[in-house]
Amino acid sequence: MMENFDPTMVNWARAQFALTAMYHWIFVPLTLGLSWLIAFYESIYLKTGNEEWKRLTKFWMKLFGINFAIGVATGIILEFEFGTNWSNYSWMVGDIFGAPLAIEGIFAFFLEATFFAVMFFGWEKVSKRFHLFSTYMVAFGSNLSAVWILVANGWMQNPVGMAFNPDTARFEMQNIMEVILSPVAVTKFTHTTSSSFVLAALFVISIASLFLLQKRHIVMAKRSIVVAAVFGLLGSILTGLTGDSSAYENGFYQPMKLAAYEGLYDGEHGAGLIAVGKLNPQKKVGDSQEAFEFEVRIPGALSFLTNRKFGSYVPGINDLVYGNEQENIMGAAEKIEKGKIAIRYLDAYKIAKKEGDELQATATLSIFKEFEQYLGYGYLQKPEDAVPPVALSFYSFHVMVILGLLFPLVCIAFLYFGMKGTLEKQSWLQVLGLPMVFLAFVASQAGWVVAEVGRQPWAIQDLLPVSMATSNLSTETVQLTFYLFAALFTILLLAEITIMAKQIKIGPEEI
Amino acid sequence: MTEKLLKTLGIPLRIYHFYRDGFRSMTLGKTLWKVIFIKLVIMFGVLKLFFFQDFLGSRFATDEERAEYVLEQLTQPVHDQDIGRGGR
Repeated sequence: MMENFDPTMVNWARAQFALTAMYHWIFVPLTLGLSWLIAFYESIYLKTGNEEWKRLTKFWMKLFGINFAIGVATGIILEFEFGTNWSNYSWMVGDIFGAPLAIEGIFAFFLEATFFAVMFFGWEKVSKRFHLFSTYMVAFGSNLSAVWILVANGWMQNPVGMAFNPDTARFEMQNIMEVILSPVAVTKFTHTTSSSFVLAALFVISIASLFLLQKRHIVMAKRSIVVAAVFGLLGSILTGLTGDSSAYENGFYQPMKLAAYEGLYDGEHGAGLIAVGKLNPQKKVGDSQEAFEFEVRIPGALSFLTNRKFGSYVPGINDLVYGNEQENIMGAAEKIEKGKIAIRYLDAYKIAKKEGDELQATATLSIFKEFEQYLGYGYLQKPEDAVPPVALSFYSFHVMVILGLLFPLVCIAFLYFGMKGTLEKQSWLQVLGLPMVFLAFVASQAGWVVAEVGRQPWAIQDLLPVSMATSNLSTETVQLTFYLFAALFTILLLAEITIMAKQIKIGPEEI
Repeated sequence: MTEKLLKTLGIPLRIYHFYRDGFRSMTLGKTLWKVIFIKLVIMFGVLKLFFFQDFLGSRFATDEERAEYVLEQLTQPVHDQDIGRGGR
């Protein structure tokens, strides 16, 4: 059964996955962060016994419930897409992720179903302590739901703890701890969850700012803001630290991604970090044009970020595509040749096995193993195919970082005036607080664009390009489902905004 | 006997009443459950059923056939791009 993949179909499948993942990611970070904030508010209620804190907790819990209900199961659509649009990929990684994802789904479902009910139905029916315990368990369960999917994503960016079985065409788990504790997976989880904490804190700050501007629920708004600002500030610090780890790991495991989001075409010693800049749209890989029309560069900072040494060498896109003997960097061109050898010997092994020629099978397998790490490169047509979209990676990364630097400053300002007790007089700050939740969503989505667009062309780093990960479907089929999903998710988002806006207008219930 | 039975049923009954009363007292929750229900019907009853069949599962009966198919896909460039054959 010989079939050819249609590149247009591959792009539609990518667009569909991006669309559904980005919509899904509207609901998820708010659930991850807001669940903890609610638990903190309720903790203060339990400690003080002040009914105002209970009223406040119940209000944010209601908004949490709306977001949870609208967002629940939107991630399942991604799993539909794996089986239909990305069947080669699904088959190849099924051994690694199938069971853990299913177990996690069931475990998280029961944890959430049990304690979620206590959280919403149990206010007057269980003890205050058990109710608080349930609220924490919902927060814990929600965040636990994110573990395996982020470990899976981390594995795709840095495939460790597995071996490729050439008889079954599957990656098989060899060491589960190596997969879970891979530095990329750990950073992926901590960076994603901590940035979600910031997003949830800014969600609270935005809505509470609206209340302050409207001169409604002033005490409740001020209290909500102070706790959220502390949470947002701590979340921002953690996001910054894990973001630094992420960039450091990119330099080691995905240098092309790092070079793309920094717009670094030619590698250099003491490489500078671009604080802000405008890329030259005419610039192409391998040409001699300037990479930037203008830029503000922090000298040596990129070298320090990547290698923890100011004068160290950071490879650029051209080094990684064409190689750099002086710096001992193998280029994509050479890797493509090695990848083709791997494919050739995989084919020879397959034929030898079919013919029952064990001697030949052993010999060809041994050569395949030697070149296996370059397998994915064998599917690239030319070395330049190893370069991700530079402009999208660069601008997404810089939008994320700039906003990530703004958020803690906003939290500090709210915290300062909140502690001073003059928050309701600072109308400029309240106006500033209003758009923060939207900016937080922009930063969060931009982060995923950096992570996923920046690792193109790979579905699994160096081993499987996206073009080989797909199913052989017609473009029309994928186009149709793309539009169906676009419609469904837009309706869900509108439902979320409408229901939430109505509840915000109503405000917290009177005691 | 009846007392023992009631005692045994006590906890499940309390759980049942807890959920029943909780669902009955819902206001906003009823709207949200309707949204969830409609969403799940569309996702599983329409999208999954008609548009998202398992590609390999629906085309091949056994894992051996699926593995062979994926291996064919992975070694396709040997036949398509004339990159040469190994070990022959």
